[in-house]
Amino acid sequence: MIELVSPSRCIDCNKCVEVCPTNVFDEVPGGHPVIARQQDCQTCFMCEAHCPTDALFVAPLADPAPEGSPYRNEDVLEAAGRLGEYREWIGWGKGRRPGSLRDRNGELTELARPHLPQRFQ
Amino acid sequence: MSRRRITALGPVGPAGSSAAAAEPDTLDADVLVLGGGPAGTWAALAAAGTGARVVLADKGFVGTSGAAAAGGNNLWYVPDEGDQRERAVLAREERGAHLTDRAWLRRLVAETWDRVGDLEAWGYPYPTDPAGRLRRSSLQGPEYMRLMRRQVLRAGVTVLDQSPAQGLVQDADGVVVGATGVQRQRGNAPWTVRAGAVVLATGGCAFLSGALGCNPDTGDGHLMAAELGAELSGMEFSSVYGMAPGFGAQTKGRMYQFATYYDGDRNPIDAAGFSGREVVARTLASGSPVYARLDLAPPELHDALRWSQPNFFLPYDKAGIDVFTDLFEVRLVLEGTVRGTGGLAVVGDGCETTVPGLYAAGDVATRELITGAVSGGGSHNGAWAISSGTWAGAAAASFARRRGAAARPTTGRGEATAGTGAPSSGAGRRGTTAPREVIRDVQAEVIPLERNLFRTEHGLRGSLARLDALWTDAVPDLDASTEPVKAREAAAMVAHARWMYRAALARPESRVIHRRDDHPDLDERLTHRIRVGGLDEVWTRPEVPVREEERAS
Repeated sequence: MIELVSPSRCIDCNKCVEVCPTNVFDEVPGGHPVIARQQDCQTCFMCEAHCPTDALFVAPLADPAPEGSPYRNEDVLEAAGRLGEYREWIGWGKGRRPGSLRDRNGELTELARPHLPQRFQ
Repeated sequence: MSRRRITALGPVGPAGSSAAAAEPDTLDADVLVLGGGPAGTWAALAAAGTGARVVLADKGFVGTSGAAAAGGNNLWYVPDEGDQRERAVLAREERGAHLTDRAWLRRLVAETWDRVGDLEAWGYPYPTDPAGRLRRSSLQGPEYMRLMRRQVLRAGVTVLDQSPAQGLVQDADGVVVGATGVQRQRGNAPWTVRAGAVVLATGGCAFLSGALGCNPDTGDGHLMAAELGAELSGMEFSSVYGMAPGFGAQTKGRMYQFATYYDGDRNPIDAAGFSGREVVARTLASGSPVYARLDLAPPELHDALRWSQPNFFLPYDKAGIDVFTDLFEVRLVLEGTVRGTGGLAVVGDGCETTVPGLYAAGDVATRELITGAVSGGGSHNGAWAISSGTWAGAAAASFARRRGAAARPTTGRGEATAGTGAPSSGAGRRGTTAPREVIRDVQAEVIPLERNLFRTEHGLRGSLARLDALWTDAVPDLDASTEPVKAREAAAMVAHARWMYRAALARPESRVIHRRDDHPDLDERLTHRIRVGGLDEVWTRPEVPVREEERAS
């Protein structure tokens, strides 16, 4: 679930408010958007993908992270390189190439065949 | 309310832009498409391509909404070389336990191939093989749906984001002539679109289980259609669960083909053979945790796997788990009719529903015709979204044109929802039952493996008694004053669960994804599809038998 809107990174573009498929964020006039309905977050990471400044962190959990969790600590996440991770994989952002250019999903069956038991062949 | 023609407005930009501020409460269109995932965007493009004026309304945001944007998928994508396609068709008939339709399978594989050519022309960044040819069968979700949004806007389609539809509008002849809904980021202000025809592309229903990208899919479209008497088919094939991390719900299943599973004592589970997934499910249903490790993937494959499905690895990376070397807990998350095959019955080549003027595309439609009793997975469902969207969009545009603007007198939408007990949109009706309570009650009937995956007559009847009571007592009393969209979702999920389990009772056998523990074998006499419908009274009946030609083969 979404845990963080980084006040130091957020530029108030409200892109997350706009793109969230489950309407989790609220716009705040003159301020950063807020996580208004965390319980509606479906952990799809789409807001991270669309955030131009890597200001968001979606924890991998299906429920809210507990108090004191590293998932809620910007300094820890920043130091671990966890902000903007998904955007890097899909290759969105200035100077990046789309990750889909390296997609090997279409050849996965052939790649996997020699390594799997009979049941998948 | 003012009525303006959308041609005077041009395409509506993202919420917050100046164009969006000019949105009127009421729009006119030739074709209205509800739902902006793959099926809806392909439908909008097909309709716009005929010169029709198109409005596309999505509950969330066109570009991120729906299972494909978050998940991505391979496509059922077979070249027209030798007998490859025909062999693929026959193989699917077999896997789908002979509930498919051969003519639909043939046109699906052909149409999908051609439309993927469009994606290439529009610049989807496909990888290349060593010979420099594009590999076009895999679509990564964010990239695919960002491209579809761009194409839809370029085609002049008016896009209404964050605008869930709440009900359909019917004219005096019983023809669907539009829909109403709310703008959920504008205080649930109502909208109405009058149209010559409507394409439903609102997705399946995964009951807010959290399955990857599936929470917008709450069966809203099925409910709207059923309020006008639309029939459904294949609703018993609704017990599909996806493997996910124990701590999360990201159902990207394919990597688990490399998994070895372990029980609560860390002893390997013998999950070999085709019943492997069932062994895992039965272990989980018995209350024991299940652990996995992708130890069948050799190190030289790791990099290719990561680049193939970065969104499979993302949650594990964030949790500090190395899936190739660490043992980690897994669970099964309900994917319902998103990955199941049930949905609105389609009765013509243009994906016509049984209600005139109403078309169904993608996961809101039954996929029995193209995948039968087996899950279409990402590949068949992805191909179906592209092709059914294209067919439905074109057919809806043609219907609107034939009927003409003159034949569009309107009646109130109150008539359209009469007798359903569902809260009407924008009415802010104040009941005493909280929508989220009803949602929890429905989830308790459909999410547990022992109720939905391992079905018995006794269990189904127990669930149905409780679900029928919810429909009769709780749904008419839903409080729609603060969360009208949630109220509608709650009603839609109750209806959906009742169709699922009524259809499951009508199929006393086990057939691929529909499993009856009290009837563990397939019964040849039940090689036919089952229609289901109704709201206050839910009914089922066998469909006309699958054509003789296919039974004989």
